Amino acid sequence: MMMLVKIRYIVLAALFFVVAPLAAQAEGLIVDQTFSGKKEITVKLSGAVDRKVAENVGNYTVFEEADPDIILALGSATLGHDSKSVTLQFKAPLNTAKTHVVTAQGLAGIDKTTFKVSKSYLGYLFGIFISALLINNFVFTKYLGLCVFFGTSKKKSTAKGMGVVFTVVMVVSALMSWFFFNFILTPFNLNFLQIVVFIGLVSLTVQAVDTVLRKVNPILFNSFGVYLVLVIANCVIIAVPLILANNNYNIFETFMLALGAGGGFLLALYLMSSVSERLQLAKIPPTFKGLPIAFIVAGQFAMAFLGFSGLQLF
Amino acid sequence: MANDKSSMQLITRGILSENPIFKLALSMCPAVGISTTVMNGFMLGIAVLFVQVFSSVTISTFKNVIHPRIRIPTYTLTIATWVTVIDLVLAAYLPEAYAKMGIFVKLIVAFAIITMRLEMFACKEPVKDSFWDGLGMGLGFMIGMMVIGFVRELLGSGAIFGFDVLGFKPLLFFILPSAGFFVVGLMMAFFNWIEVYYKRSKGLK
Repeated sequence: MMMLVKIRYIVLAALFFVVAPLAAQAEGLIVDQTFSGKKEITVKLSGAVDRKVAENVGNYTVFEEADPDIILALGSATLGHDSKSVTLQFKAPLNTAKTHVVTAQGLAGIDKTTFKVSKSYLGYLFGIFISALLINNFVFTKYLGLCVFFGTSKKKSTAKGMGVVFTVVMVVSALMSWFFFNFILTPFNLNFLQIVVFIGLVSLTVQAVDTVLRKVNPILFNSFGVYLVLVIANCVIIAVPLILANNNYNIFETFMLALGAGGGFLLALYLMSSVSERLQLAKIPPTFKGLPIAFIVAGQFAMAFLGFSGLQLF
Repeated sequence: MANDKSSMQLITRGILSENPIFKLALSMCPAVGISTTVMNGFMLGIAVLFVQVFSSVTISTFKNVIHPRIRIPTYTLTIATWVTVIDLVLAAYLPEAYAKMGIFVKLIVAFAIITMRLEMFACKEPVKDSFWDGLGMGLGFMIGMMVIGFVRELLGSGAIFGFDVLGFKPLLFFILPSAGFFVVGLMMAFFNWIEVYYKRSKGLK
């Protein structure tokens, strides 16, 4: 009996905590809230509000949910023409990946309105993937792995094999590096050993993939094994752990970044190899034969990839 | 064979006949990536020079102790150690330049040129020659980076070392990232052209 009463109280308390924030959201005054730019939050309201109150910067406090102590500085607040939407302009760019809490005072006569602004997490993860794949393509925008890129993009079949091996090694080594970084390097304050540890891990992964592939699938090993040696001394592979350590990514973000980077490398190799196959038939001036023309083609690809820079899906 | 080579020959070989960027076409990533100004090229060149010289000397000193079968991991770890040193030094004393170079300082660890010099030269030759060879290769890399940086900075922002020289900006395109590929490709073609021209004039004689 006592147990049941206790459980009832616990359930009620839990319900209260779930419902309380909803009640604090001031009965549907806020219809929609989104990040509209790097420095902007747009809030749509259900009814018209007083312009004087809505445009007073002092009425708003905004902070990231993780650190409520740091109040973000607001530049201006503008009310739209229909008086139903407020645009908050910030002085510094926001970290749109984090959930932001906005508190507005006196809007539509209500003493205090609190709401949260966040992006959908899955969308954010997909954004990391697309960014690594296209917007920040490791070959054409970040200029990594060029030695291998120019070396192995002569034939389509080679390019495909190389790209797949790269993606596999990249994902495995990135996940391993993530574990090492978060559970060994950071707790023991050994961040300065990053480079040594990551390059060791990459070499180990390559060795492991080599051994496993040799035993499990000898046919695949015969077609891909040659590229494995090339993988070790490559900056694309080592760049992924360094980037994830710089940005403090969690495991899902790391996975998406590695997958995007590997996919981007595969894409770049495949594109380049299809052009190279055509180039072999073309009449090229003798001074441009070989590397120079490959560089110029890559430059044109890089310009094309520049077009992705405005891409924002979520 | 290599013992009778003077230090001067070793240095000029790295700069001219075996220039890492234009002749061997190794370590192209930084040559395209951050050669937007002469200063950037110079800074990364210094870092590479440092790593190359010190790892060459280290490997050459311990060449008799290293078992041939584990030589590649040993090279990698040696390079990684020296890269960590230069990375921390740059981050502490030149934070602005370090921020501009970004991830590339750490990526020196994966530069093919350094491993290649250790494998081809430092693990066989005496310490002194390895030092000069490392210096030559490092200088060759630095000069290559600075030449590319010179072209891109002059054409892109009309300046050299940050000083406004031309007073206008001829082609803004050249400081855009993708222009790195074009500049390197055109310069390689230019050097090829000189070589072809030279050979042809010799052949005519």
